[in-house]
Amino acid sequence: MIRWLSQTVVPVVTILVALVAIWYAAAIPMNSARTYMMAPDDAEIPFSELVTDTWSQKKPQLPLPHQIVAEVKKQATFSWIWKEKRRGYKRSLIYHTWVTLSSTLLGFALGLVLGVSLSLAIVYSRVMDLSVMPWVITSQTIPIIAIAPMIIVLMAPLGFTGLMPKGVISMYLSYFPIVIGMTKGLRSSDPILEDQMKTWSATAFQTFWLLRLPSALPFLFPAMKIGLAAALVGAVVAELPSGARAGLGARLLVFSYRSETIPMWANLIAAAILAGLLVVSFSLLERALNRRLGFRNAAEASS
Amino acid sequence: MSVVSAQGLSLTYPGNIEALKNVDLSIEAGEFVSFIGPSGCGKTTLLRVVADLEQPTGGTVLVTGQTPEQARQARAYGYVFQQPGLLPWRTVEGNIFLPLALMGQKRGEAAGRIADVLKMVELDGFGSKFPWQLSGGMQQRASIARALAFDAELLLMDEPFGALDEIVRDRLNEQLLELWRATQKTVLFVTHSIPEAVFLSTKIAVMSPRPGRISKIIDNPLPADRPLDVRETTAFLDVAAEVRAALREGMDE
Repeated sequence: MIRWLSQTVVPVVTILVALVAIWYAAAIPMNSARTYMMAPDDAEIPFSELVTDTWSQKKPQLPLPHQIVAEVKKQATFSWIWKEKRRGYKRSLIYHTWVTLSSTLLGFALGLVLGVSLSLAIVYSRVMDLSVMPWVITSQTIPIIAIAPMIIVLMAPLGFTGLMPKGVISMYLSYFPIVIGMTKGLRSSDPILEDQMKTWSATAFQTFWLLRLPSALPFLFPAMKIGLAAALVGAVVAELPSGARAGLGARLLVFSYRSETIPMWANLIAAAILAGLLVVSFSLLERALNRRLGFRNAAEASS
Repeated sequence: MSVVSAQGLSLTYPGNIEALKNVDLSIEAGEFVSFIGPSGCGKTTLLRVVADLEQPTGGTVLVTGQTPEQARQARAYGYVFQQPGLLPWRTVEGNIFLPLALMGQKRGEAAGRIADVLKMVELDGFGSKFPWQLSGGMQQRASIARALAFDAELLLMDEPFGALDEIVRDRLNEQLLELWRATQKTVLFVTHSIPEAVFLSTKIAVMSPRPGRISKIIDNPLPADRPLDVRETTAFLDVAAEVRAALREGMDE
């Protein structure tokens, strides 16, 4: 217990405290321009006053942790989820996080289906390997911000608006790591085991199901984690050009127009917490599956 | 009828590399034949041709009276590789059950058979362990148990003990000999250890490289009942000397 405290808790807390201290210190010079602007010309501002002002502005350049926490607390209320609107916008951070989460999960699910199907095609067909793989890589060289409006415009006449185009934009980012990881994974099975399956006259499907798929899982799971984070980025970006009025991305845009830095940061924090929760819950799933498959630990799984 | 027979068997890889040239071979039921020779003499390739893992470019080969492909589809042989080749995510039992499952058996039906082969390789009680929980020698025994599980009359073994230390190897050689006597299977055994070949075999096929071929077949006069200390007898040392001479001759040609 004492070992755990001294070797884990103390160092982690120390680094956290140091980061917060640097944050508060940096806020003084960054926010001071506004303090001087608001003061009368050539007025002498004592340091203590400078500190109090730079740490409590309404629209600071760099919002401070206590301001962000207070803002998150204020906005993350359940009572506002369906009710209160201000200038036509719902205000609850929980509501907007849910909107972004829903397109993240849709995008991730689409990306998983597309990524896994493409990698199956690539691994089992030489023609697909030669013709599809270059396009998969090319697709990622185009900035998502450039392609997002086109996807929205192209999908609208087909009757897809709202969630679906956002999911597709999110998919565009999330399928890529999954194709790469799964293709590598499906090709990673031990040649001896492949021969072994052949000596038993296993069918192609049996070899896939009993050998290649389990061999691919240690590659698929990290790829899915990256894909999940990418899906969240895609979901936030998708809200920018779609004229969406809800979601963390849409809120970020609105607040940035009004230079409301504190709510912007509150939204960023909400996105970060969401990403963290998604990846952590996914890791738990991965660990449970690895245990079920008898791998000793992650190192074993990736060997 | 021979269990394995080959006439004028050749295999030339692209680039005119002659892995096997004009191999003639006839192995009767119940024989234990070792293939010994330096690296590159084609002994593994020969075993893989018998198993239909490589395609010959000339000559004929029959396995249990059929083409290698038919024999493979009929699951006429069990193959033991140099590495244990166990699926890491399956228990020992799960691994042994795998070929039986591919043949359409249910886990319940196979339970008795799995217990039997585990006993044969002295791994009873280890069925529910995962491969990483076993030592190298135990993993290789599990691999042999798996090859025995579906009771094919022919066993193909490609340097199965090559990666193990000598103490474990001696013990496994003894066990394999007992197993062979008890089951009366035909065994084709690739090795590059002279004592191992002489200790185990009824016949020793000496191979030489470039092009890969069988340069001499030596009948082993040792009695079927061989305790480990047979290796200190003059009869044993004579056969070993004959094998060594044949290997040297093959290299000089």
